[in-house]
Amino acid sequence: MKGMEELVDLYFRPGRLPHLWCPGCGNGVVLGALLKAIDAEGLEKDDVAVISGIGCSSRASGYVDFNTANTLHGRALPISTGLKMARPELNVITLSGDGDCSAIGGNHLIHAARRNIGLTLVVFNNSIYGMTGGQYSPLTPRGSRATTAPYLTIEPSFDILALAQAAGATFTARATTYHVPILVDVLRKGIRHEGFSIIEAVTGCPTNYGRQNKLAAPAAMMEWQKEHGVMKAAWDKLDEPAREGKFPIGVLYERTDLKEYTKAYDEIIERAQAGKEAASA
Amino acid sequence: MSRVLLMQGNQAVVEGAIAAGVRFYGGYPITPSTEIAEGMAKRLPEVGGKFMQTEDELAGIGTVLGASLGGVRAMTATSGPGFSLKQEMIGMACSAEIPCVIVDVQRVGPATGQPTSPSQGDVMQARWGTHGDHWLIAVSPSSVPECFDLTRRAVELSEKYRCPVILLMDEVIGHMRERIELPDSYEGLAAARRKQPDVTPEDYLAYADTDGSKVPAMADFGSGYRWHVTGLVHDETGFPKGTPAATKNSQDRLRTKLEDHEDDIVQTEHYRTEDAEIVVVAFGGAARTAYEVVDMARNEGIHAGLFRPITIWPFAERAVRELAEKTQCLLVHELNCGQYVREVESAVQGRASVRLYAKYDNEPATPDELLAEIREAEKTIKGAK
Amino acid sequence: MKQNFRFSGTGGQGLITAGIILAEAALLDGKLAVQSQSYGPEARGGSSKAEVIISDEPIRFGRVTHPDTLLVMSQEAADKFSGDCDGSSLIITDSLFVREVRAKDARRVDLPITHTAREACGKPLFANIVALGAVVALTKCVTTESLERAVLDRVPKGTEDANRKALAAGYALAENN
Repeated sequence: MKGMEELVDLYFRPGRLPHLWCPGCGNGVVLGALLKAIDAEGLEKDDVAVISGIGCSSRASGYVDFNTANTLHGRALPISTGLKMARPELNVITLSGDGDCSAIGGNHLIHAARRNIGLTLVVFNNSIYGMTGGQYSPLTPRGSRATTAPYLTIEPSFDILALAQAAGATFTARATTYHVPILVDVLRKGIRHEGFSIIEAVTGCPTNYGRQNKLAAPAAMMEWQKEHGVMKAAWDKLDEPAREGKFPIGVLYERTDLKEYTKAYDEIIERAQAGKEAASA
Repeated sequence: MSRVLLMQGNQAVVEGAIAAGVRFYGGYPITPSTEIAEGMAKRLPEVGGKFMQTEDELAGIGTVLGASLGGVRAMTATSGPGFSLKQEMIGMACSAEIPCVIVDVQRVGPATGQPTSPSQGDVMQARWGTHGDHWLIAVSPSSVPECFDLTRRAVELSEKYRCPVILLMDEVIGHMRERIELPDSYEGLAAARRKQPDVTPEDYLAYADTDGSKVPAMADFGSGYRWHVTGLVHDETGFPKGTPAATKNSQDRLRTKLEDHEDDIVQTEHYRTEDAEIVVVAFGGAARTAYEVVDMARNEGIHAGLFRPITIWPFAERAVRELAEKTQCLLVHELNCGQYVREVESAVQGRASVRLYAKYDNEPATPDELLAEIREAEKTIKGAK
Repeated sequence: MKQNFRFSGTGGQGLITAGIILAEAALLDGKLAVQSQSYGPEARGGSSKAEVIISDEPIRFGRVTHPDTLLVMSQEAADKFSGDCDGSSLIITDSLFVREVRAKDARRVDLPITHTAREACGKPLFANIVALGAVVALTKCVTTESLERAVLDRVPKGTEDANRKALAAGYALAENN
């Protein structure tokens, strides 16, 4: 696998750096892992589209040399969906943050998952709205402090992978910015998967989450990821009390027996062109 | 060869879209536009295109923008409540210059309003619905055959000028059935594709005005030209740049991109206006009453005419001003409480009197009702003489 | 020459289909036609109406403000939709359902339309086609050739004979009136 410097030369757009992420932010680690995965999968740059929403992580699309769009808050999935419908041969990778994807874009998430459309969704989960300065998101752990939760949050958080799986996603995986090789591995598998795949990348926001929650040092956030992320195989062996506060990483769910949406749509075209409106399936 | 059919306005929009080469539709069902979604669901796959019923109105237009980035002519349709929801993406399409057609079959509003009753209450929303300064095109058909023609034109304009085009319909025209003659084959009717880059991918600047037209060439995603789309203010490279100069340059180009081509974009119809003293200004379904009433008024000796904006936005300012020079009264008739009349007033600037006949009770004006307004206008003119 | 028609009754009686068929028949005769209808909750159950204008000249305003011919197939529709008829109007009622209409001076023809549909075709479902036959026989607004073609173009396959019978029954109803 190529080193990061080589990957920067290969995949970063000249002149677009420095990026706008704060020192200690994990977004660059996730983006680096994504480039490693794309490179390892041998994808041509022309055949990759990177579509993002709005938020810190969504700025990533502008830095990398693919067909890219930094769209509207929460709307990366619909735009990705339309592009995939128009160009099914493209590898469409959607980048979104925890707020972008699970709050304002939550409806799009469950329906993209339900359709099993062949998108690779990477959710940069830093547990906070970073761009706007530290407000809580649906993935902020209960009991966290945020600028809009000065008395701590009382809302439970989503398990976004369980949510996506329940909605119909056929591939779910999680890794953290501490577990980079695992992150690269699950990204590769997600890209390869035919159908809707979602990869939750747990990443740290020392500036806006950490400072408010006694994790201001970037290293402290990494430590936290190291201590709380448990490989799926080990996780499966833990009993409920031992799982408390921890989360599984690796590929958590995969099925390959369901047809991808654009391929299924080809059958509609065949039926229509054969001149028969289906009686009922 | 052609075929004569009795067809609904909404169905004619579907046929116009298919003829224009629209091959993707994403949308959400809403009265009174649903027949468009139903028609596209049936017709698109027949021609190898794709239809998606999306989870909501936002996703409807979102998928349309995505498909358009992929180089496919794409369209959505809705009515007032959905048109409100689509506004954020309309802004995105204006900023990133992504061709798309949005059909709004207007109904009575605000809120749920009166879903099955006609209105033209979205005419200002069509111009100013999304936030910030922005420029787009809206066209409004007054007959079923024109639904076909203007849908094709909407697709053509959106491709040519890289902006959203609103097909501003109303329930009167959307649900009316009348005679239409359609060609047996749509071959040769597809809208010209957006301008493609004539430079290599290395030299391609996604938002550069390379030929003075102010319309940049647009490469399809996946064609080998890798470029960046953003809703942030950007410069000719397509990457965010928010300096005062970059912001002003961007706004100036987006504005003049349409202003410079108004002769091509703005279409109007004059009906018996040559010697008219009173000219009714009406568009869409409201114009149907007006044609008839102009004839009725003429039979009474009143010199009446009709001026029908076909392009609603940009506003036909020059044509209205010229009209105001040679007529005495412009009687604006619209199916709302009086929106477009303000545009007319600002163009006329006192050169003629401007009257409003606003109809906003769920029904189009009957000929007798509009005739009474013309008689009133006539009395005022004669009284003034 | 311009003729205004309004067909009204209860949702489910097929009057909107009848309106579309009449307009299509007019086009087959080389005339112009505009058809419009009531929409929404009132189109499903409750009272429903379809309007057709047939003319040799371009038709501008597409709705009917004064019907030359009004077909009413329910009392509720008669109450709701007969108010703008006058002495020059022809009102055709289904005598099974309609007792009175609001325009007292209109020419009124009461016909057992639904009853006839049941007799001639076995089902009240064909009442709209029987009614169309009667309307055309009484007004001569379109040729019977075009009407038959328009009917057969619209109705489901396998029902052609029943629909022809319904038309014939409608003509006979009007002629025996």
